[in-house]
Amino acid sequence: MTDTLNALVLLANFLIVPALAYGSQLALGALGITLVYAVLRFSNFAHGETMAFGTLATIFATWGLQAAGIGLGPLPTALLALPIGILACIGAVLATDRVVYAYYRRVSAPPIILLVASIGVMFVFNGLVRFLIGPDDRRFSDGERFVFSAREFRDWSGLDQGLALKTTQALTVVVAVVAVAALFWFLARTRTGKAMRAYADNEALALLSGIDPDRVVRTAWILAAALATLAGVLYGLDKSFKPFVFLQILLPLFAAAIVGGLGSPLGAIAGGYVIAFSELGLTFAYKRFLGYLLPEDWAPEGLMQLLSTDYKFAVSFVILVVVLVVRPTGLFRGSAP
Amino acid sequence: MSALPQPAPEAEPILAGEGLYGGYGGTDILKGCSIAVRAGEIAVVVGPNGAGKSTAMKALFGMLSLRTGSVRLGSEDITALKPQERVLRGMGLVPQTRNVFPSMSVEENLELGAFIRDTDPRPAMEQVYALFPVLKEKRRQPAGELSGGQRQQVAVGRALMTEPKVLMLDEPTAGVSPIVMDELFDRIVEISRTGIAILMVEQNAAQALEIADIGYVLVQGENRHTGSGEDLLADPVVRRSFLGG
Repeated sequence: MTDTLNALVLLANFLIVPALAYGSQLALGALGITLVYAVLRFSNFAHGETMAFGTLATIFATWGLQAAGIGLGPLPTALLALPIGILACIGAVLATDRVVYAYYRRVSAPPIILLVASIGVMFVFNGLVRFLIGPDDRRFSDGERFVFSAREFRDWSGLDQGLALKTTQALTVVVAVVAVAALFWFLARTRTGKAMRAYADNEALALLSGIDPDRVVRTAWILAAALATLAGVLYGLDKSFKPFVFLQILLPLFAAAIVGGLGSPLGAIAGGYVIAFSELGLTFAYKRFLGYLLPEDWAPEGLMQLLSTDYKFAVSFVILVVVLVVRPTGLFRGSAP
Repeated sequence: MSALPQPAPEAEPILAGEGLYGGYGGTDILKGCSIAVRAGEIAVVVGPNGAGKSTAMKALFGMLSLRTGSVRLGSEDITALKPQERVLRGMGLVPQTRNVFPSMSVEENLELGAFIRDTDPRPAMEQVYALFPVLKEKRRQPAGELSGGQRQQVAVGRALMTEPKVLMLDEPTAGVSPIVMDELFDRIVEISRTGIAILMVEQNAAQALEIADIGYVLVQGENRHTGSGEDLLADPVVRRSFLGG
């Protein structure tokens, strides 16, 4: 019995809790991709860099607040800086839309052209971010590190295994839940949200119903920028801020959005967790976990790891390929062909 | 048509397209056809495939640029107006395909019809529900999950929510069963009795002409025959050429 508990705590500590946090971050990022896809009908490759830019703005604001001696006690100061980061990111994204994408919409360019344009935007933002903050690793998390630490948990439970809950992990899940609830309320209840869904559903009929396409597009960008900043900041708090990460994270983000069904917000959330749990579950070393559960002489000698962590991005890639081959519309039947 | 008490036959048409020439790209599909409808009347456009029936509807709604010709709504020349502006001035269109928001509920579809009006949508919605009771039952269901006939009702309801003076229907009975078709025609007659002018393109020519106050037979983008629905149905030439005997 104790062994089973130990095994479960071990799994929770090293797999479930981290995957929940990572999945929430992916879900927020994938939501932005899916919203832009639903309304503007192209896959926005610059979304990862949008996350980077929003995070960078938040880090600058955090440093400013820290210098002024303003903090949130046990919570990271970045939380207070978030609104500033979101506003800066919205500004940057709307400016990009005006300078780059608006032209392609005016000439009714096919989606692939917008996609290629977004790759250009990605490189520009990638350079801009490195230029502004440098290529180094930045930690900007402050305040209390743990909600409860592994040692506290061990003392409390009397088990061999500890379970730690980092403040950033708890924060990630709470913020993600609040943000997603607010987004779904917005889409389901408000006039602008309904206009957005209608436009995504049937553009021609939306125009006939008097829906202003510019306004819908603007709203989509604002939401995408806010979600990207949230995702980037939570990811950065949880791990650290590295500019090059946002190029790599594009793959799990798109995998999440496509697994759920591009254009489906619910799908993006489900996809985020599917990718996170697959990535961590397949690269997790089950040796100690099995050691607790199996009879002593059955204990495995190897690491019992299905894939080396070096291959974690391959997991997203394989899932992506399988989904595109087997069920291209994704779990929730998005609008992607 | 003398049996019809009102509107007076000499009343001005509420919507009129005169001498329409236009098409997609270089070639004209419409070659000078004229179509008009008066308030409270039903005008039906019939004709063989490729006659330009749907194109004429698009032209009247501003979804096709005309080479020459004019479109008037009441006393106003609306030839240069965009479709959205025509909706604001009282024109409603039910496109032939993709005429609902499939992932949104029936109620939301109707709400979106009223989006262009800044008034409370509920009275208009109650009227639509009175006309199509089944929609009230299914108001929480996504429109994309309804049967073909019910989806047409949603599409007509959505257009009615814009509070149009003229309701234009592009083949409203395409792909529905004969029973549903009769039912839909009955509702269309009911709508026209409320004073809304109805202009519709129909593949089921004979049935549609039965409820038509005025019928237009288009051939190759030109008016070939024009007359009351009864007259056209009685005309042996029209019967033989266009109604299958």
